[in-house]
Amino acid sequence: MRDLKVIFDGGTALIPFVMAGDPDLETTVSLVEAMVEAGADAVELGMPFSDPLADGPVIQEAGQRALACGTTLESVVKTAGEIAGKVAVPIILMGYFNPIMSYGVDRFASDLADAGVAAVIVPDLPFDEGDELHQALKSRGVTPILMVSPNIADDRLAEIGRRAEGFIYCVSLLGVTGQGSLHEGMASYIERVRRNVSVPLALGFGIDGPERAAQVAPLVDGVVVGSAVVKAVHGSGGGPKGVACGAKLIGEIASAIG
Amino acid sequence: MNKKGYFGPYGGRYVPETLFPALEELDRVYQEVRTDGDFQEELKVLLNKYSGRPTPLYYAERLSDALGAKIYLKREDLNHTGAHKINNALGQALIARRLGKKRIIAETGAGQHGVASATAAARFGMECTVFMGELDIERQRMNVDRMRLLGAEVVPVSSGNKTLKDATNEAIRHWVAHVEGCHYIIGSVVGPHPYPSMVRDFQRIIGDETKEQIMADEGRLPDVVVACVGGGSNAMGIFYPFVEDKSVRMIGVEAAGHGVETGEHAVTLSEGRVGVLHGSRSYLLQTDDGQVIEPYSLSAGLDYPGVGPQHSFFKDSGRVEYVSVTDDQAVAAYGELCFLEGIIPALESSHALAQVSVMAPELDENTIVVVNLSGRGDKDMDSVRPFLLKEDDRI
Repeated sequence: MRDLKVIFDGGTALIPFVMAGDPDLETTVSLVEAMVEAGADAVELGMPFSDPLADGPVIQEAGQRALACGTTLESVVKTAGEIAGKVAVPIILMGYFNPIMSYGVDRFASDLADAGVAAVIVPDLPFDEGDELHQALKSRGVTPILMVSPNIADDRLAEIGRRAEGFIYCVSLLGVTGQGSLHEGMASYIERVRRNVSVPLALGFGIDGPERAAQVAPLVDGVVVGSAVVKAVHGSGGGPKGVACGAKLIGEIASAIG
Repeated sequence: MNKKGYFGPYGGRYVPETLFPALEELDRVYQEVRTDGDFQEELKVLLNKYSGRPTPLYYAERLSDALGAKIYLKREDLNHTGAHKINNALGQALIARRLGKKRIIAETGAGQHGVASATAAARFGMECTVFMGELDIERQRMNVDRMRLLGAEVVPVSSGNKTLKDATNEAIRHWVAHVEGCHYIIGSVVGPHPYPSMVRDFQRIIGDETKEQIMADEGRLPDVVVACVGGGSNAMGIFYPFVEDKSVRMIGVEAAGHGVETGEHAVTLSEGRVGVLHGSRSYLLQTDDGQVIEPYSLSAGLDYPGVGPQHSFFKDSGRVEYVSVTDDQAVAAYGELCFLEGIIPALESSHALAQVSVMAPELDENTIVVVNLSGRGDKDMDSVRPFLLKEDDRI
């Protein structure tokens, strides 16, 4: 399913993040299926990278585990296709630019389109540097998702607002994924983004469980939960137990945000 | 540069959105201070009175006799703190002060940039945190002690190979989380724009002085300028002022570690492919799948998988030749300079010296070669001891 718009139609969208290949790609497929069943409206699939600058230790280590067991961008794209054939929610890939560049921008865009991937988030590819990838993706019907952060300047926010498609990924704090406290002026930050952007807003980074998700849900159109999911899955030993644990967490968050 | 922050197709700003305001502000202030007389004067006084510039251009007579050319050493090792790194650290500390930042963060491999940053922070009464790989902490213990004495906090980094790449990742992550309170002094001509240009401009004093000094000593420009390249700041510093002087041959020397054929090396420019790491597009050691390869060099300061984007541009344009020498060749050159000239060179700079030995057979005795002796080598005693001292000499 490639339509991102529908995920924001009924209440706050819940978008869990899963690191593809942690602990292995087979488990990733089961985990995504279980999470969708538990209430996920879309799923972010992490493309592991050796040097993830926007991620905290939890996701960084998940990426290392995935790479250690032989996960490649090629295998992630293939798995994304498999997942897209099994679940009825959009699949969003998230990862860093170097592996994409190495894979080949055009090949990446066309393979993603073939796999049925809905969108891509690349945290180290700001729009200023993203023309080539973004054009390639858009021409094949895959949406590049742009990010904003609480300290963004007004003119830059306006420019991102003009370019945004699908939704905007609002980083909830000044920091990397999995960090503790949300930005102090959250309401005014989100309101500032709203003024400049016409697409829905999804908030991510630091959403560590049902309570915090419920706290921010009224402000935005979607929440992304990453490190908390990775921690729950890995902490319970991965495998079927990890899948159950990840799905349980998503179920709890889904109930909390309504 | 063409598009903002690019040298041909290299450079740019491949960073999380959170860092943009800091990079924009840094670029604004950096452009401002380039033409600000007061700033330039303050930096000049600091470099002269505090760091000890100009550093000498020393004619190495015995080395010249041994190798068969006129070899001059640009003595960056005689700077305060023992390496060229202080040029950039003082410049950026002044910028940090202008930005109103009270805290400095830095990454370091060999420790020389960490020591320089800690020194500059102490000099200006700022707090300082230095990220350093655990392996580098082990092999550069003395510099860790120096940083701590200077009041800096040294944060051990345990990810990856526990070397410079990992320390840089950690420093950037920390910067993302503390971007409003601190200035990140990047130690080489790498990172997102404006760092590669800014660090180059703070280091070009090496080449500017060399040019003046060699004209005074020899009445002509050098035939060859040689410098080691990890990220590439000392090389860029000495090369940049000579770029338009077409008669000057410039050679950058990367670390071949155990040998390029072993795969254990840090030869980015000839063995790497174009990629993106630490905020800019440049040559990069990476797997077929785009994962960054952990480099290897006995020299902690050259143990880096990337290289400054302007070096990538110079490689493609052919203006600079990039070659590599192994650990063994560098250690031999280290020993040779100690014995012949009474100067203990940094293991990094020893790569440049080794290249001169490699070239010696093709050099005429009137060929003027300038080697950038980027730092002093007492920090490397632990690394070279097993190679240079006999069993019963070990201390």
